[in-house]
Amino acid sequence: MSIEYIISQLINGLRLGSVYAMVAIGYSIVYGILRLINFAHGDILTVGAYTALTLMVAFGYPLWLVIILSIIISVAMGLLIERVAYRPLRNAREETTLVSSLAVSAFLQNLITMVFSEQRKAFQLPDWLTEIHTYGIVKLSTMNIIIFATTIFLLIFLSIIMKKTRIGMAMRACSDNQRAAALMGININVVVAVAFMIGSALAGLAGIMLAGEYKTVDPAMGFAPGLKAFVAAVLGGIGSLGGAVLGGFILGIAEMAFAGLLPTSITPYRDAMVFVLLILVLLVKPNGILGSDEGGRS
Amino acid sequence: MLKMQNVSFSYGAINAVRDVSLSIEDGEMVSLIGANGAGKTTVLGIISGLLRPSAGDITFGGESIVKTPPSTIVKKGIVHVPEGRQIFAKMTIWENLRLGGYKVTNRKLFQERVEYAFDLFPILKERKNQSAGTLSGGEQQMLAIARALISGPKLLLLDEPSLGLSPLITRQVFGVISGLKKAGITMLLVEQNAYEALQISDRAYVLETGSIAMTGKSSDFINNEDIKKAYLGGV
Repeated sequence: MSIEYIISQLINGLRLGSVYAMVAIGYSIVYGILRLINFAHGDILTVGAYTALTLMVAFGYPLWLVIILSIIISVAMGLLIERVAYRPLRNAREETTLVSSLAVSAFLQNLITMVFSEQRKAFQLPDWLTEIHTYGIVKLSTMNIIIFATTIFLLIFLSIIMKKTRIGMAMRACSDNQRAAALMGININVVVAVAFMIGSALAGLAGIMLAGEYKTVDPAMGFAPGLKAFVAAVLGGIGSLGGAVLGGFILGIAEMAFAGLLPTSITPYRDAMVFVLLILVLLVKPNGILGSDEGGRS
Repeated sequence: MLKMQNVSFSYGAINAVRDVSLSIEDGEMVSLIGANGAGKTTVLGIISGLLRPSAGDITFGGESIVKTPPSTIVKKGIVHVPEGRQIFAKMTIWENLRLGGYKVTNRKLFQERVEYAFDLFPILKERKNQSAGTLSGGEQQMLAIARALISGPKLLLLDEPSLGLSPLITRQVFGVISGLKKAGITMLLVEQNAYEALQISDRAYVLETGSIAMTGKSSDFINNEDIKKAYLGGV
């Protein structure tokens, strides 16, 4: 095995990991506040990708406008889902909201199938983005660099928001102790809406990036990455931003390592290996790598 | 200042509070005593808007607040120090205080109140950058009170401030509460430690299985034989 091969798998892993990380942040923030595992979160990624496709192909909008509008549509969809499927169940048991999120996921996949058909469609980003550059033995595309840099930027940006701003403090207060947060005069509905906005914006953006990487879109494209991102959030320590990003990178790199290092007869089972990894980590660190050790919620 | 009229509340089929009426005047300290499960905490939850009563009305300064959300009630000046402190354990003491001032937009006012709270509880100033979960039970209670003071309460609701504290720390906490009373803060105090509560309050209501059983001056209650037997351990 050559060093070039290892490096290229590492880059693939970081690229995939960045997408997982972006989606995992949304899972993590929403879970932290509502204790809701939002299985429809991965499908927001699909919404973002299809919106981008439509705006590019049917309307011929420039890329920057496509990205902004796709994020706006994803955010609107996230807010709508929260309002319709989760807010009425705010005081219901966790299993109830979990089932509701699975229903929303199925609904979104079917809606997209109805509107766009179940056929895979080509998704072509401008050439300057997908062009491969060679730096010595390292080969990467402009897209690779943008994805990775965006993830790191978002991690830092969101960490500052959480630490320094009024709404960030309110979000942390809600995930620490929601009842007490309400007594401080914090409007829980606003905090929840902001959490869904951030999560959906990131998922929509991740959808465009994933579609750009694979050069196709299909109605179920968000489901598997959504599930992996959830695993990443749990692996890193759910509720922690840094944990979500770290979990995303570990998962992406592990997946690519399994794909690259294992004999071809086993590679179809690489997803199973990823889940084995999750189980092993949770056996040692039940709250995830960066999760607090304080046990459950107060 | 606060008037509750014929208020009822039930958790599913269980009537937790039935037809409760009480009033608190400006500057007064009223205690609500009663056995475990009598509905004391529920009454506070209803006042602060966390629980919506099934019947009855509540007015604060003449305005009905029965349909007002908790965030607006805080802004109107009713601040609830919940049972079991409910501090933000993973956040620092300073952040807890910042959150206490969540509705205080005037920076200068916020600073003044923080100074006041730090004067009252110097330990909080010393440890302001530590996470609140590292404080002892008594210190957490002080933080919960300090956090409430920062929002500038007109009416302070205190739920079981002595719960789980040693007798020595309990004395300290009650010392602080009578200090607040001298400073002119109107309070409604819920306590299982009825003797301490009656000692520092002006008036009291006795809650029995969700209804008001008796009301009167706290000083009269301390000498009342029935109250002594039922709530003061016969002392």
